[in-house]
Amino acid sequence: MSSTSKKRPALSKSASPVQLSNERELRKIIDATLRLAKSLGVEETEVHVDEVADALTRFANNGIHQNVAEHGLTVSIRTVYEGRTARATTNRVDEDSLRATIEGALSLAASQPKNPSLLPMPGRQKYRRVNRFIKSTAAITPDDRAQAVRRACDLAVKHGQVAAGIFATGQNQTAVGNSRGLFAAYRDTHAEFSITMQEKPSASWAKANSPDVRNFDAQKLAARASEKAHLAVAPKELPAGRYTVILEPAAVLDLVGFLFYDFAATALQDKRSCLNERLGKQLFGKNISIYDDAYHPLQLGAPFDGEGLPRQKVHLVDRGVPKNLVYSRNSAKVTKKSPTGHGFMLPNEYGEAPMNLVFDGGNSSLEEMIASTDRGLLVTRLWYIREVDPYEKIMTGMTRDGLFLVEKGKVSTAARNFRFNQSLIEMLRSVELLGPAVRATGEEAFEMVVPAMKVRDFHFSEVTKF
Amino acid sequence: MWDLCIRSLETARLRGATYADVRVMHQRQRDLTTKNGKVGTLAQSESIGLGIRVLAGGAWGFASTDRLTREGVERCAIQAVAIAKASASAKRNDVVMADEQPYIDSWQSPFRKDPFEIPLETQLALLLDADGEMRRVKGVTLTETDMQFRKSDCWFASSIGSRIHQRKVTSGCGIVATSFKGEEIQKRSYPNSFGGQHALLGYELIESLDLVKNAAIIAEECVALHSAAQCPEKKSTLILGGSQLGLQIHESVGHPIELDRVLGEEANFAGTSFLTLDQVNNLKYASDIVNVVADARLEHGHGLGTFAYDDEGVPAQCTKIIEDGQFRGYLSNRETARLIGLDRSSGTMRTEGWNRLPIIRMTNVSLLPGNWNFDDLIESTDDGILMETNRSWSIDDRRYQFQFSTEIGWEIKGGKKVRMLKNPSYSGITTEFWNSCDAICNADHWTLWGTPNCGKGQPMQTMGTGHGASPSRFRNIHIGAAFSEQAAGK
Repeated sequence: MSSTSKKRPALSKSASPVQLSNERELRKIIDATLRLAKSLGVEETEVHVDEVADALTRFANNGIHQNVAEHGLTVSIRTVYEGRTARATTNRVDEDSLRATIEGALSLAASQPKNPSLLPMPGRQKYRRVNRFIKSTAAITPDDRAQAVRRACDLAVKHGQVAAGIFATGQNQTAVGNSRGLFAAYRDTHAEFSITMQEKPSASWAKANSPDVRNFDAQKLAARASEKAHLAVAPKELPAGRYTVILEPAAVLDLVGFLFYDFAATALQDKRSCLNERLGKQLFGKNISIYDDAYHPLQLGAPFDGEGLPRQKVHLVDRGVPKNLVYSRNSAKVTKKSPTGHGFMLPNEYGEAPMNLVFDGGNSSLEEMIASTDRGLLVTRLWYIREVDPYEKIMTGMTRDGLFLVEKGKVSTAARNFRFNQSLIEMLRSVELLGPAVRATGEEAFEMVVPAMKVRDFHFSEVTKF
Repeated sequence: MWDLCIRSLETARLRGATYADVRVMHQRQRDLTTKNGKVGTLAQSESIGLGIRVLAGGAWGFASTDRLTREGVERCAIQAVAIAKASASAKRNDVVMADEQPYIDSWQSPFRKDPFEIPLETQLALLLDADGEMRRVKGVTLTETDMQFRKSDCWFASSIGSRIHQRKVTSGCGIVATSFKGEEIQKRSYPNSFGGQHALLGYELIESLDLVKNAAIIAEECVALHSAAQCPEKKSTLILGGSQLGLQIHESVGHPIELDRVLGEEANFAGTSFLTLDQVNNLKYASDIVNVVADARLEHGHGLGTFAYDDEGVPAQCTKIIEDGQFRGYLSNRETARLIGLDRSSGTMRTEGWNRLPIIRMTNVSLLPGNWNFDDLIESTDDGILMETNRSWSIDDRRYQFQFSTEIGWEIKGGKKVRMLKNPSYSGITTEFWNSCDAICNADHWTLWGTPNCGKGQPMQTMGTGHGASPSRFRNIHIGAAFSEQAAGK
């Protein structure tokens, strides 16, 4: 075993959470890899080290049925030699394995033609610090999670309901360094509680996600899901058609999340973005403004991209007009723009994407949206959303776990779930009211900061059996 | 590797586990892509680690580590037992499993050409040739190709005495042409969309697919779609191509028969199932000509769901799912089999890797061939639409209502394909759809399609599944709902 072997702190004899390596240890792995690559004659080398220590407690039928923990570290190495580049990844960090991985990357690279547009790696960068590692989240144990789950299940039993869900906590860190002296490191914690309360024949759902486990109350989420599940027990079948909808933040997120790649400069170069021929035009309503902002207080994620460039805040949509894109170094060069720090790890064919979308919110509460609606539907959550038309951005999917009819300003009854076929462009032209922007979490898109929305003429095409 | 397995099992036993199974897995992967005539992704990876699942206090715990030292695996086993004991504090009932025998065996999936031994230059040259053929067609604005190879070794040991080593090699590839024109993006893929065709085979799979010859065909179809008529919205006879039918089977048969879903274990995420326990042997799932099996055995084919043993140490089996239209059975594991009173698991526990818990997954869920020749099927269709190659898919969380769209459609009139249709889609209710099936093509047209990207579980696991299918016909299907307003000329 060489000096490059990782020396991670030992697990305690109990189930206490794993301690991640410290930044110095990650840097040591990167430096050792760079030295090895140099000794092998590699012209340029980039090293990513990622470490994950995650745990997830899963419950169903009012009891825990799966309960898992994982700990792993990977080293991903990109080499450049004679205008060619490739990447090889391993989770073995002894010297022999790292050398073999470097040689693997070189061998892959040598198999291809020279790439005249390959850029030299970036040098040292300055980063804005973000603090998203919360000790109280890192300290959560399986017993802590089990206790919270037990309370939620007890609530379900008390109400004659059946609970299912997860309570997950974890820590991640990533570091990137290259042979031109760039080095960046980031770590965060995350906590997530999601619960479905089932009261035959219906169900409802609540979920929260935060770097700080103290930012949500699992019991309150359970109570909310329980109350809505009870309201949903006698769903009425309504005809398909266009309805005013009040989309809770999770429903908004899972729809607008499908827009993120459309803002990639590479997607426009490839002519697969819905923004082709539409930049600078009034595409959405004037109440829609969208940013990418890795530094927003409700966001998570590293302040640097796959090449180690600092992420910049980008104003993507200004009062309904798409005005800016995000750029990797390569797409920036092609379009004579500046890179924005949104590139993926190279080599790749997708370029870049905004990963920290933030929508401007409004002042309307859900209650106010309901009170202002003569006839419409309140949507808790959407499910199995897929893109039907990439240019008109027509999405299909289902409502799930709590669809309610609103009549004359009040929730009047539950409704059977609908399938929708709805253009996102049209939807964002039809937003009548916005709630405050919150950190939303669903199942289709990664977490973003979005508001609840009241939208007119949302298109439901068919109804299902429950 | 066996030493590490046995060390972790023994540690778990000493800490109070009443049952344990452990997997040491070494996984290697190579990914190659091109875009617009240039190399895109060129990457390889390897990952090795150990995952141990234990029963303690009547409940499950699982932990994984990449520290493959004596100390590392002991601590992992200790952690798994501590997690199980935490689970026991919020358990519903003690876990009891259906009986299973111990097995000592070693198995390797058969292949002719190890894809990791084929020169990278050869592999890239093939992709660039196919890419070039697509770019020669005027109007194509984006060309993409990909190849993916995986080799995995798994050493499985359990406290009942099983010691099973399996090595599996899979290969896959696909090509895509995209065209942006006016206000429309159209796409054609070969041999399937979303990554192409994948199988438990070596490089011989790639060579058999003739990417270069098919590149020009799909590129021309892609451009022609812009001028094609819009698929109308109506009730119609529908003929599905094999790959689309494979995905239809996956979504509307494969997922609903997962017993963990049926029993509510996936209620928060993947959803539940309309196939409640009272439906076995009672539900007329499909028309009389429909027979579906879940078959993990090699004799069924080289599918992504083919293996010798599942990741719970249960031998590969063939389970009847739909027999002459009648619903017969589920995909189960040892725990759920016992819960519903079966003697034995159907052997469908599978894990994505060493750091994931095995869960119930599809194996090869296949529609058995019928009697029809494809040309005869078209000739016998007076008025209908043939749809090929998936473009989008969606189904509700109990697996009743679905909607699919495909890349291309063909209008059939008087027994002939008369014109191309763009933006085809269809939708329906699962059992109504399968009961409307009146023709299934024969074994000459049957392909075991590989779906490499099935997501399930928390933490999410991606798994490859197999779906044998041949083109089939369905009557009185709702066509065109996804684009209803375009169809109406709005």
